[in-house]
This record gives sequence, structure tokens and C-alpha cells, in this order.
Amino acid sequence: MQSKYVLSVLVENNSGVLIRVAGLFSRRGYNIHSLNVAETENHKMSRMTIVVEGDLQTLDQIEKQLLKLIDVKEVLVLPEDSVCREHILIRAGNSVEERASMIEVANLFRAKIVDVSHDSLMFELTGEPQKITSFVNLLKQYGIKKLVRTGISALERS
Amino acid sequence: MKKLTGAEILVECLLEQGVDTVFGYPGGAVLHIYDALYEYADRINHYLTAHEQGAAHAADGYARSSGKTGVVIATSGPGATNLVTGIATAYMDSVPMVAITGNVALSLLGLDSFQEVDITGITMPITKHNFIVKSVDDLADTVRDAFRIANEGRKGPVLIDIPKDITMTETVFKAAVKKDAESHINIEQDDDIAKALEIIKEAERPFIYTGGGVIASGASEQIRAFAQLMDAPVASSLMGQGGYDNTLPNYIGMLGMHGTKTSSLAIGECDLFVAIGTRFSDRVIGNASTFARNARIIHIDIDPAEVNKNIEVYHKVVGDIAQVLDKINSSLPQQSHENWLDKIKEWKSEFPLVQIEEHDEFITPQYVIETLDELLGERAIITTEVGQHQMWAAQFYNFRSPRSFITSGGLGTMGYGLGASLGAQVARPDRQVVNIAGDGSFHMNCNELVTASKYNIPIIELIFNNNVLGMVRQWQRLFYSKRFSHTTLDRPTDYVKLAEAFGIKAYVIEKKSQVKTVLEKAIKSKSPVLIDCRIDKDINVLPMVPAGKSVEDIILEIED
Repeated sequence: MQSKYVLSVLVENNSGVLIRVAGLFSRRGYNIHSLNVAETENHKMSRMTIVVEGDLQTLDQIEKQLLKLIDVKEVLVLPEDSVCREHILIRAGNSVEERASMIEVANLFRAKIVDVSHDSLMFELTGEPQKITSFVNLLKQYGIKKLVRTGISALERS
Repeated sequence: MKKLTGAEILVECLLEQGVDTVFGYPGGAVLHIYDALYEYADRINHYLTAHEQGAAHAADGYARSSGKTGVVIATSGPGATNLVTGIATAYMDSVPMVAITGNVALSLLGLDSFQEVDITGITMPITKHNFIVKSVDDLADTVRDAFRIANEGRKGPVLIDIPKDITMTETVFKAAVKKDAESHINIEQDDDIAKALEIIKEAERPFIYTGGGVIASGASEQIRAFAQLMDAPVASSLMGQGGYDNTLPNYIGMLGMHGTKTSSLAIGECDLFVAIGTRFSDRVIGNASTFARNARIIHIDIDPAEVNKNIEVYHKVVGDIAQVLDKINSSLPQQSHENWLDKIKEWKSEFPLVQIEEHDEFITPQYVIETLDELLGERAIITTEVGQHQMWAAQFYNFRSPRSFITSGGLGTMGYGLGASLGAQVARPDRQVVNIAGDGSFHMNCNELVTASKYNIPIIELIFNNNVLGMVRQWQRLFYSKRFSHTTLDRPTDYVKLAEAFGIKAYVIEKKSQVKTVLEKAIKSKSPVLIDCRIDKDINVLPMVPAGKSVEDIILEIED
């Protein structure tokens, strides 16, 4: 059965580590839904959050193949109750008349306005991926100019 | 403290790792490294090949025949890309190798400079790991890491790319600090072994399948003891040849695409299938859904990622084969499977491997290889190219000890064998290396004859010359209505003249009665020899399991 899984992968912060991980996925035909990566508190290490799609056998292979990469130090498949967050920047709107109504929607989601121009607004929002998707859907009616999502970053609960 | 250049540090680190032989080809980006090799010529033998690919295969053959790490050096750009096939070959067959490439100076990297290529990018999917060294202070530890990684767990190639200025910069060289090997108790493995023992004891018709991991782990004795305790037949993959003595009575030959009928029948009927040091290649399993359908499968391997990759198994033990088998053997009571072994024996006598001699002077590869076996036996190391001759070598030579059969199993690299034979002969001067080739493969890298000649490396290049690309032709015969598209070579090459031009003695075999005499002459020679052995173009490799078919659907003959 195909499902989505969230992996938390600790890697050495070497040049080329991203391409080693991404190359492994593409070469073996694993599906990456999203991938984000940045340094940890130790500048020699980075943590990647990778959302993958596949069955349990594929998940098992992904874990083991990742662990064969010399730069990969730890692979965790995060449990479902882990804290998953995503961040979005989105610019939408076509006219001044729509502004009030867009701000109303943003307030419902507690999104922040980060840029204002004569005919559009830019919002930022952090939350669970589902919430981000709903926000995007609601803004569609005003015309989305551009958006960027970070993909999920996640940590297991203690 | 005395300072050394990067190039000198590199060579000091090679010595530290016990390296005394390297293969390579000089060039602009490795000038400093070659300058250091000049200085250390009394401690490191460098073999110059005709082409970097040959050097990579030689380093690979050196590693496979000796168990040591093969080392190859090439310059930047085309020097580095010429190694790629050799590195990929080593990667697919888990051969420990360290490839060292030069690159342009740090300040020129990324500018499309002359002879610049991103070799770490190119080799990422075909190495266990690779490095580009950006500071001379990192060089020594990088070399040490490379050798450790190449030999740790499942072995494989590692590449170190060194920009030219790093090799000329001086720094203080500190000798390696000896670390004690970490020992740890593996509870999971002990539990898995205990469960494996229970499963083994329940079996009535067990089957042992050995792969290249047995050789890499040095577990031949353990396998022998295990098979005896198990009282089971043993089949080997192509890569496993020699891991289990082929002359022992319970050995039933290869399994898979060109395995024996006995192996195929036994795979179908066994109730326990123990796979040791192997990765269930598609060339072995054919159709995964019907493979060993009546059996529980136990998989013992050092690489956890191989478990459940191609075949779902009933039970696994992850670890070094020799260590795992030692533990199993010490707790396994003697098993007895008399009826099962009787059945195996019947199959063996009913389905022997036989090639038909169409007339008195007809040369079958079987006869040539068996004669070679009779003359050389355990003294030989057989290397091969890729194709029909490779399968015949695997089928008809009796490999009695590990590291006596060297072949490109995973990547299937035509042009591998000649280079590999040079490396093997250099590593093992006590053995007679014979490269069994086809005329197709021979033409790919025949330039390396000059390397054999120049260094007087006394290999025998035995070419089964049928004027066709036999294996592809065989598939065209079977699956493409005999439309022999571009597989008929009919090249005008005069092998004797070609060999002589390179300074090598050569013989032609045209009839069966010449086989033994020529082989004897070649073996007596203390210098490299080429043999042009002419065979019929329509001899097939049989038995055969068509790709993707169940091993039980094995074909024993092909109608014309």
C-alpha cells in the first residue's frame, strides 16, 4: 500500500551530501515528496526532513540504502504524532477592492502580511501542511501571483 | 618537523596501507604524484598500462586475486573518465579499490579548464564514497578513510580526486595513530542465528546457495564445514565460483540463467534455501514470484540493504559470513538428508553438462577448458571477458579454491578480462593466469597485450574465436527469429601477427588434436602467450533460463 512517510535524516555537512541523497532517490526510483535541509546546532551536521511516498518494502529499502551513504549518520522514520510544520510565502490579489476580504482570510489563518503593493499582498504562514494547503485554496479566488512552500520540517515528540 | 608535499604524503599513506603495487597512467594533473612515485620507485611498483581503463581493470584483478586493495592512478579529465567503466565494474562486484585522480588546481575548478571534469559527480553512483581534497592538511586522513571505507562491510571502490596544487603544497606529515578495532556484541545477530538454527533443523530438503560474499569474507572453510553439517547440496552463483570446492560430491554447479538442470530442479523442490553472501541477482532468480516457491529462504549477508531487496525472505542474519557461519557451525548438530541427496545424485547423473562434438576434430569449448583444467588444475587463476566464453569457463573449469575465478559478473564488462589478468598475474606470480576471451571482447581492449609484453607478465590469452558476438547471436537465434543484426564480425584480424607486433608469441588451434599440445606449450612458456582457438559459431551456452522466466523452465537444447 502506498503511503507517505516522513524521514528525519542526520547527515554530515559536507559539500555534495544533498546530491548524494537526491541521487540515491532518483537512481533507485524512490519518490520524494519534499526535502528540506539545514545545519543543526553543530555546524558539522545537517538535518534533512524528507517526505517519501511508497509501500513498506520501499520504505525499508530507502532507510537501508540511505544508511549505506557514508555521510548519513542516522535515519528515523517519524511516528505519525510527530510535530510537522511547513512555511509558505504567497503573493495574491489583483485589485485594491479585494484587499479587505483577503486580509479577513489571512486573519482566520493567522497569516502575517509581509509585503504590500498597489494590487497584491504577500503573506507568510507556518503550520501543518494541511493548513497551508487550505490557505492556498482559499486564496485562489483572488489570483495567486507566486508562492513558495518549504516542504515539511518535522521532529518526533519526546 | 619535516614537511612533505601533498604528492609525497599521498605515497607515504599508500605505504602506510601496505600498498606496494599500483597501476596507472601519467598526465598533467598528476605530474607531482608521478614525481613522487619516481622518488619512491624502490618501494612502489607502478605498472603503466596502454589505457586508463586497462589500469582500472588491472587494479581490480589485483584486488580480486589477492584480497588486497587495488590502487589505480589517472590524470584529470579523460584520464579520470577512462576509469569509469573500471570503477563501475568493481562497484557491481564489491571489489575493494582506491582510485586516485588528479584534477586542475583549486583556482581553476569550475571554470571548464583544460582537462577538467567533475569526476566525483560522475562517480557518485558507482563508488561506495568519493572525496575531493581541498586542503593538503586533509589529504592523509582522506586516504586513510578511503582505504577503510573500501574494505569495511561490503567492500567496494572509493575515489579520491586531488587538485594539482594540493599535490605540490607542503605540510607536516603525521603518521597514522593505530586504533584498536572496536569489538561489540551483536545481540540481534545472536538471536537471528538462534532462529536460523531452529529453521535449519526443521528442514528435510535443504539447499545452499553461495555467492561472492563467501570469497570476500574468506569463508570457504566455514562453508565447507556448514555444508557437511547440513548434509545439503551446494550451488554457486557466477561470483561465488571457487568459494566452495567444485570437485566435492555435493556441489551441483551454477544456478540461474546458465546454471545446471540439477540446480534448477533442486531450487523448485527444496524446502529450505540458504543464501549466503549473495544478492539474488536477476540473473540468478529469473522470476522472483516463483523462485524457490516451496522453500523458506534464509539470507545471510553483510549488507542489510540486500535483505528483502530482490526477494522477500523468511529469515535473515546480517553479518560477516565467516563469523556468522562459525557461530552456526559450533551449535549445529549433524543433519542427515540421505533421500534428498540421493535424488540430487540421480539428477546430476541424468543431466550432466555436455557439449556435442560434431566430428572427430570438432573443438568444443568444454574440451578446451577441461583440458586446461587437467593441465593446470588448482594452479590456475582464470579471468574472463564477458559473453559465451565466460559462461563456458564458469561451467567447465573446476574451481577448487577462492580467488581462482575472476570475472565481471554484475556489470558484465566486455574488455575486462585482459586488464584483470595482468593485475592477477602481478599479484600472484605463483599461479598461472589464463584469460579466457571471445574475439568480440578481445577487440575491445587488446591494446593491453603490450602491457603484458613490456613487463613480461606471463599470462595466457586464450581466445575462443567464433567470428561472432556469440551471446548476443544466441539471443537473436532464440528471440529475434535468427535476424543476426550486427553480430557477425568476420573481421580480418590476424591474431598471430597482431600478437607478434606487440612482442607476444601466438598459436592457432584449428582442430581438436592440437588443443592439448598448444596449451602445454603455452603453459611452459615463461612469457605471455596468445592462443587463437577457432570454434564453430553456432555453439550455444546451455542450459539457459530465458530472462524473467522461472528457473524451472530451463532450456536444455536449442533447435536449429
